[in-house]
Amino acid sequence: MGEVLEVPAIWIQAAGCTGCSISILNADYPNIKNLLIDEVLPKKHINLRFHPNIMAGQGEAILEVLKETSTEKKGKYLLIIEGAVPTKDNGIYGVIGEREGKPITMLEWIRELSASAMAVAALGSCATFGGIPKARPNPTGCKSVGEILEEYGIKTPYVNIPGCPPHPDWFVGTLASILLMGLPREEDLDELRRPKLFFSQTIHENCPRRAYYDERKFAKKFGEPGCLYELGCRGPVTYSDCPVRMWNGRVNWCVGSGATCIGCCSEGFLDEISPIYVKLEEAEFPKEV
Amino acid sequence: MGRIVIDPLTRIEGHLKIEVEIEGGTVVQANSSGMLFRGLEIILKGRDPRDAQTITQRVCGVCPTPHAMAAALNLDSAFGIDDKIPDNGRIIRNLILGASELSDHVLHFYHLSSLDYVDVTKIKSYEGKDPFLTSIKNFINRGELSPFVPRYEGDYRLPDKLNEALVSHYIEALNIRRKGQEMVAIFGGKMPHNVGILPGGVASIPTPDNISSFLWRLKEIKGFIENVYLPDVIALAKVYSDYFEIGKGCGRLLSFGVYDLEGKEKDLTKRKRFYSSGRTDTSMTYSEIDPSKIAEYVKYSFYEDSSTARHPKDGITAPKPEKAGAYSWLKSPRYDGMVYEVGPLARIMVNYAKGNEKVRKLVDSTLSEIGVKLENMFSTMGRHLARALETKLLSEVMEDWVLSLKIGEPCYVPYEIPEESEGIGLLEAARGALCHAIRIKEGKIENYQVITPSTWNVSPKDDKDQPGALEQALIGTKIKDEKNPFEIVRIVRSFDPCLACSIHLIDARGKERTAFRIT
Ligand code: SF4
Ligand code: SF4
Repeated sequence: MGEVLEVPAIWIQAAGCTGCSISILNADYPNIKNLLIDEVLPKKHINLRFHPNIMAGQGEAILEVLKETSTEKKGKYLLIIEGAVPTKDNGIYGVIGEREGKPITMLEWIRELSASAMAVAALGSCATFGGIPKARPNPTGCKSVGEILEEYGIKTPYVNIPGCPPHPDWFVGTLASILLMGLPREEDLDELRRPKLFFSQTIHENCPRRAYYDERKFAKKFGEPGCLYELGCRGPVTYSDCPVRMWNGRVNWCVGSGATCIGCCSEGFLDEISPIYVKLEEAEFPKEV
Repeated sequence: MGRIVIDPLTRIEGHLKIEVEIEGGTVVQANSSGMLFRGLEIILKGRDPRDAQTITQRVCGVCPTPHAMAAALNLDSAFGIDDKIPDNGRIIRNLILGASELSDHVLHFYHLSSLDYVDVTKIKSYEGKDPFLTSIKNFINRGELSPFVPRYEGDYRLPDKLNEALVSHYIEALNIRRKGQEMVAIFGGKMPHNVGILPGGVASIPTPDNISSFLWRLKEIKGFIENVYLPDVIALAKVYSDYFEIGKGCGRLLSFGVYDLEGKEKDLTKRKRFYSSGRTDTSMTYSEIDPSKIAEYVKYSFYEDSSTARHPKDGITAPKPEKAGAYSWLKSPRYDGMVYEVGPLARIMVNYAKGNEKVRKLVDSTLSEIGVKLENMFSTMGRHLARALETKLLSEVMEDWVLSLKIGEPCYVPYEIPEESEGIGLLEAARGALCHAIRIKEGKIENYQVITPSTWNVSPKDDKDQPGALEQALIGTKIKDEKNPFEIVRIVRSFDPCLACSIHLIDARGKERTAFRIT
């Protein structure tokens, strides 16, 4: 029996809603047990050292785990960040635990942990683009993980996996590609650092209702057949593979259930998408569509 | 006098800090600093009212569905269509909500709570052939034990066989809860954060294939609840029967009721619901609720004192971070000036007190099997038991609901957005009473207020110095080992507090530290 490669991972929850974590728990093949308990790939095991909803411990003991990992496993661990980063008033709106009686802000944790990580995955639309916490008037000065890394000159490679929440496959697929082929290559990411594998086409390009759109047959209210464009569908301006991948064990997806795509993967979620149920101008569609 | 601070308290939804003072081994003071900063309500202001369904779900990715429902009921009432939702729409809403509750309760018992009682590391010496346990054994033998250590050490007292069964079910429950989420997606598009529940009804329509694919997932989960989840809770409760005496709490329970069985009654507290609304206490008498008696107090919260004692509809948020004596960003909701606990225990006991035959039978037979009394339900173990019992009742009735959908009939009713209006949405989330209230002006959101269940349970002391429900449950608890205060975390987790995305806030001077939700 050869050595099993232990890949340490730390999962930080910043200003989000825990929905990303719940979505990743919905992973099916491999499922979450395969990911955390089994060798996710032969001779490779993810060693999830810190996750606020899953780990057994609490209090100071688990903050030690963070400290230890960032020093002893420097340059060797994956950092997964869920949620946007509050920065207003030095980030005092977001604190995880304390050090010598002084609270440690999420901003501090993220700076510290990302600087010594092997790679960072900004998971979900909050971490990737700021998401709803950053929406007007952005009460706590939230920023995306990418903005923080840039601002502080942190050179650790990072990937953006948007979605509110992200599909588990997008996360698991990115993880698998790191384990199989090493850190993502620049040519595999788009200009927003999203893996091209999942985010290179709009919803509208692959939508099963597309034929209705082309024939200008639009649903006038929910529950009707037809394209949902006039009810506010954001499929034409949203990049992701939802229509072909489908959600939750492939049972359905947003437009499949008769609802509009609300553009949850989009860079402009929420402010450029809201009001959500008002029809888009066709002039706003990207050219290639 | 000793002090125990648990920060962060994990395996809840969110980030909570608990601080207790100990005298002679007993908790004499408890501060639960859960801070709910409703940045989200600020973000809602000025937007299209229909955006509330999307935005409020992001209060919590663990329980987004009740927020979608509360938003829909709230908007239905503001749009004047609350008595016009087609039956199919009402039923599909119930199915989406019910599916997410089944998933959520299974997650809570196995993945959030059971690690306080179950010893995963013992599987090291497992010798049987269960594939789940074998993979756990291999995992332990590789030597990297996180996320199962570090942990509190000591009071793991399950006999080996039961311990093994619970570890194996921990893994099986991961699949079961995932299937509950799939059920949400069948009618709601995706989970977390469904897109299907809308003011006016739902976007989806029933088809034979989605009915049967929902039904058979439901049957599988129902089988798990009957044969695994409920028996596991009962078995655990027998071994840890002292927890029927620990964490009693305030002894007063309140529920808004949930799962509409009809859609004509506009007063939601009077609407016929599967779980009725109401109040009860340790005397087990039933009383109705009158939402106008709800008020929020702020003596120990970081808000201007002038904003105290207000009904949520007229709520003012006037922050005062430097306020002396305050220790929480949560206000303290009270009913008629009194502290109430909300959640599964409240739903079960209110319906027991009201004379719901099904509830009575199930509760009585389960308690006699364990060998404890009805009054023992007011406890740490009672909360776990109530959660399992209501999951069983719900999974049974949902079968009838999904089969009562009428193919080809409407699920949605169109509406106009009024220029000016008010609305309220009241129902039970998995964790208890949830209230959304809206005021619309010029067709836009002028004010949107949310009171989440955990605000009731995790609130600080009020203007009369009455500690909140969780604080009361902690006070008086004997702590056996101050280095491994199992009692505290077991009590806290029995409430299933939901402070998802709650984070800490310090005031400008960096002195006060508290937790609050930034959504
Ligand atoms: S507008 Fe929406 S519903 Fe219509 S074809 Fe495009 S993605 Fe599909
Ligand atoms: S279809 Fe649109 S709203 Fe639905 S998950 Fe995909 S990107 Fe998000």
